[in-house]
Amino acid sequence: MIEFQQVHKTYRVAGKDIPALHPTSLRVEDGQVFGLIGHSGAGKSTLLRLINRLEAPSGGKIIVDGEDVTAFDANHLRRFRQQVGMIFQHFNLLASKTVADNVALPLILAGELSRKAIDQRVNELLARVGLSEHAKKYPAQLSGGQKQRVGIARALSTQPKILLCDEATSALDPQTTASVLQLLAEINRELKLTIVLITHEMDVIRRVCDQVAVMDAGHIVEQGTVAEVFLHPKHPTTKRFVQEDEQVDENEQRDDFAHVPGRIVRLTFQGDATYAPLLGTVARETGVDYSILAGRIDRIKDTPYGQLTLAITGGDMEAAFTCFKAADVHMEVLR
Amino acid sequence: MDLSYFANVDWAEIWLATVDTMIMLGGSLFFTVLLGLPLGVLLFLCGPRQLFEQKGVYALLSLVVNILRSLPFIILLIVMIPITVLITGTSLGVAGAIPPLVVGATPFFARLVETALREVDRGIIEATQSMGATTRQIITNALLPEARPGIFAAITVTAITLVSYTAMAGVVGAGGLGDLAIRFGYQRFQTDVMIVTVVLLLILVQVLQSVGDKLVVHFSRK
Repeated sequence: MIEFQQVHKTYRVAGKDIPALHPTSLRVEDGQVFGLIGHSGAGKSTLLRLINRLEAPSGGKIIVDGEDVTAFDANHLRRFRQQVGMIFQHFNLLASKTVADNVALPLILAGELSRKAIDQRVNELLARVGLSEHAKKYPAQLSGGQKQRVGIARALSTQPKILLCDEATSALDPQTTASVLQLLAEINRELKLTIVLITHEMDVIRRVCDQVAVMDAGHIVEQGTVAEVFLHPKHPTTKRFVQEDEQVDENEQRDDFAHVPGRIVRLTFQGDATYAPLLGTVARETGVDYSILAGRIDRIKDTPYGQLTLAITGGDMEAAFTCFKAADVHMEVLR
Repeated sequence: MDLSYFANVDWAEIWLATVDTMIMLGGSLFFTVLLGLPLGVLLFLCGPRQLFEQKGVYALLSLVVNILRSLPFIILLIVMIPITVLITGTSLGVAGAIPPLVVGATPFFARLVETALREVDRGIIEATQSMGATTRQIITNALLPEARPGIFAAITVTAITLVSYTAMAGVVGAGGLGDLAIRFGYQRFQTDVMIVTVVLLLILVQVLQSVGDKLVVHFSRK
């Protein structure tokens, strides 16, 4: 478990104190995929680097598995870092070393295994990330997605309990992003690894995370399960991220709504409710008519969800609302 | 080839001078790299926003390096005489030339090493830190391998600079091709000797540059 207790970080730039992270408390349970989303400069990168103390906190305590990371001496910190893997936006592979040697590096630095044991471990890791046939190549000969796979294999080499991902997919195209995220989800599931990732894309959060914290100007402004935060965003920053992901333009939407009569509601279905034939049933029973203004059916990690914006006219509107509320859906009246 | 055009050229002498140049070059390059590499690493580490940022140490090292670099080599050769005697027992000949050559080239080489290390992506240092590496491990396992192409380029440039420095070593009677060119080609107007030595020096520089370039390409892995 990773726990932040009133942790804050201030940089001193040109004689001025610039707060990067205001006092923040946070808990990441074991085996979770925890996402931090925010725009650049929101403090998410600082927060991530505080976990393995690439950044030293200005105050507060960071407890990992019962130990206070902020109190570690240099030696202890090194041993701790060997138990925390990290992958980077720009991969940070050594251009002078082969793929196999890059993956072996953390093991060589730790100096605990024989060369033979290291080679064997490297082969296993490369097989896991699907790069066995590229072992002898240099990073420059690989595609971006392959480079990040090498980064992941390298981060896993010391069998860490925690994996930190610093914008791991931001330099990749959408297809490669999907496959790298799939690999991360797989690792999380099979190795029971706790993953903390930072991103500026809601899509990344939606695909792999269990919990999400939204950051803005050095504060965590909203936090909860991904479904909760994604489907019912409260803070303006969160709403913006969700709209970006759904490619909704608020002004366009307002224009669209102006043209339709009746009431406008947004229904959110989750899990099995997504597949229930609710709209037809309610329309028949209450005599209302509906037209779909916007809709989306997708998945949050493994759970399907649907979100429909409807215009409702005629019939017994109040009865329809009651039916929606009684069913296993979340209803929001927009107008 | 009709050698009568080169009536003044004593080929045995040319051969001896070539050997002297090679010994001076090899010896001084060896010690320059031996001393300059750690000095370059130290400069890099103490530099602004680096692992061991030490403003005072960096300023002092920088000052010494700059003073030595701004001193004309011919002056250094003379100023160094007492120290050279202390180290090699003589201030004359090839042995007398190597200490000033090393002192002249080391600061230059150290600066080039510092620059090559600065070219290494900071992300590489961060990644290695995140693996729990010690500073020593970061230097030997990440920084130096990553900077290898730049360091080979620095060795090449330094070797070529040393070739031109050896030409002045005649002042302390070190011999070599440059000395031959000055004593016979310039002072006795033996143009043929001048041409032969210059051509040989040119070939030497060309060979050094192309070998250096090949090493840089080989280690670039790009």
